[in-house]
Amino acid sequence: MSLSPEEVRHVATLARLAFGPDEERKYGSQISAILDHINQLGELDTSNIPPTSHALKLSNVARVDAALQPFDPAVWSSNAPSADHGHFRVPKVLD
Amino acid sequence: MEYETVIGLEVHVQLSTKSKLFCSCSTKFGAEPNGNTCPVCLGMPGVLPTLNGEVVRRAIMVGLATGCKIAPYSTFARKNYFYPDLPKGYQISQFDQPICEHGEIEINLNGAPKRIGITRIHMEEDSGKLIHGENLGNPDSSYVDLNRASVPLLEIVSEPDLRSAEETKKYVEKLKTILEYLDVSDCNMEEGSLRCDANVSIRPMGEKKLGTRSELKNMNSFRFLTRAIEYEVERQKEILESGGRVIQETRLYDPDRNVTQSMRGKEEAHDYRYFPEPDLTPIEPSNEMIEKIRAELPELPDAKKDRFVAQYGLPLYDAEVLTASRGVADYFESAAKNVKTPKLVSNWVMGDILRVINDNGLAAADCPIKPENLAEMIRLIEDNVISGKIAKTVFEEMEKTGKSPKAIVEEKGLVQITDTSAIEAEIDKVISANPSQLADYKAGKTKLLGFFVGQVMRAMKGKANPEMLNKLLEERLGKA
Repeated sequence: MSLSPEEVRHVATLARLAFGPDEERKYGSQISAILDHINQLGELDTSNIPPTSHALKLSNVARVDAALQPFDPAVWSSNAPSADHGHFRVPKVLD
Repeated sequence: MEYETVIGLEVHVQLSTKSKLFCSCSTKFGAEPNGNTCPVCLGMPGVLPTLNGEVVRRAIMVGLATGCKIAPYSTFARKNYFYPDLPKGYQISQFDQPICEHGEIEINLNGAPKRIGITRIHMEEDSGKLIHGENLGNPDSSYVDLNRASVPLLEIVSEPDLRSAEETKKYVEKLKTILEYLDVSDCNMEEGSLRCDANVSIRPMGEKKLGTRSELKNMNSFRFLTRAIEYEVERQKEILESGGRVIQETRLYDPDRNVTQSMRGKEEAHDYRYFPEPDLTPIEPSNEMIEKIRAELPELPDAKKDRFVAQYGLPLYDAEVLTASRGVADYFESAAKNVKTPKLVSNWVMGDILRVINDNGLAAADCPIKPENLAEMIRLIEDNVISGKIAKTVFEEMEKTGKSPKAIVEEKGLVQITDTSAIEAEIDKVISANPSQLADYKAGKTKLLGFFVGQVMRAMKGKANPEMLNKLLEERLGKA
């Protein structure tokens, strides 16, 4: 299965990646190879197997609604690439 | 050409649980920026979400209250997109297996009921808050506060059953009333705990196929909701009338200019690549669990309205106004308990009590006039101790001082005069002081009865029993 250049560009945009034409070809063929590999699963007959979203046979795992002691914001701000005025700071976002 | 408006609504309700949807951070409003965060809601690598069971319970409550089917098997899914207010790079939501489906809400359109279908209700986490640089620090930066990230939301999606801005407003009002009765959310539109997105399209009258819709956002009050939809319908009409085509897009309402504006650019890539959330187990509510929640549901607005009509003999209109708020309905009931004429209580609650509450932005339970005092005042009217007119004075005093009506009546000497001879004495004085009006009355100007009533009332400082005064005056004038 070979991805079209448009599909490669679309996936790159969704991942916020900017490819040059060479990279587009290089990664395009790599992604196509990965998809081919995964598509081998399609050879199995799964018509009688219900879709599984979870590996464990568990359901209704939940906790009680109680608020715990807050985490110290100083810890995360010291780990953030950029923080100011008590907030994480990021490049300007246009609304 | 005649057009039909078609509207479907997505309402996001912030649930008032103590902790967030997938971690134990507090949901309390007003903490310092990022003060309600932890590695889970900050999206640190390797952390795992744990589901808040109370959110599931409340989702089922809302589903049952809106006649939905509760899914026997429900899952979470990841909705992938990049935005700085979404720390994980995906939002945990529900996609193909929501917790509730296929419900309906009845709204009242000038006396005619109309059912609005509920397509689905699902649980999801809220995003954080972005502050633009010019409002905080560097104008070339944006600032992120993740206190709201992972606060639990219910998204309630309606069928495209709404046909006007007015119907849409009624639907949201009804939904809000139900949510308030269930006590699952603060439902404050201005503060963002109840947010509406409207899908609006128009089509030629009689056409079955839906027109191209636009999605309206940022309508944080009932007034803006109505205005934004009305503006958008006119905008689409103008496009179609001039031979153009409506584009499917998201539009933001600008309340200052009362227009909707395209948001294109921000959402260029509407490709969320949903997939099942592997870190959370499915939800399989047992019948026992559902029935237990059903048994815990409070009496809902429609049932309460019907009961008010049957039990208190109120007109449907009164019952609807009173039950629109659970607090007001409770207030009415505790005042109506010990009176003979509940309709009188209804009149006072719908008039003066609602005025006092709304003017001061109070909850009904915090009204300075306690329901037992209102009931006492009504009994004084019923027992002919005071007239309806004097009651207005008593009410004003209660509002100012919080004293009981009996104390006010005694203190101010407001007891109604029902002594025939006392009233007759005043009537005689007024008649002899106004000979020309008397002559006119006798010549057939019977409208002057009102003049005489007013004069006597004034002389008696409003304390004469109005019915007695009317009757005695008419008799006396007939004989004069």
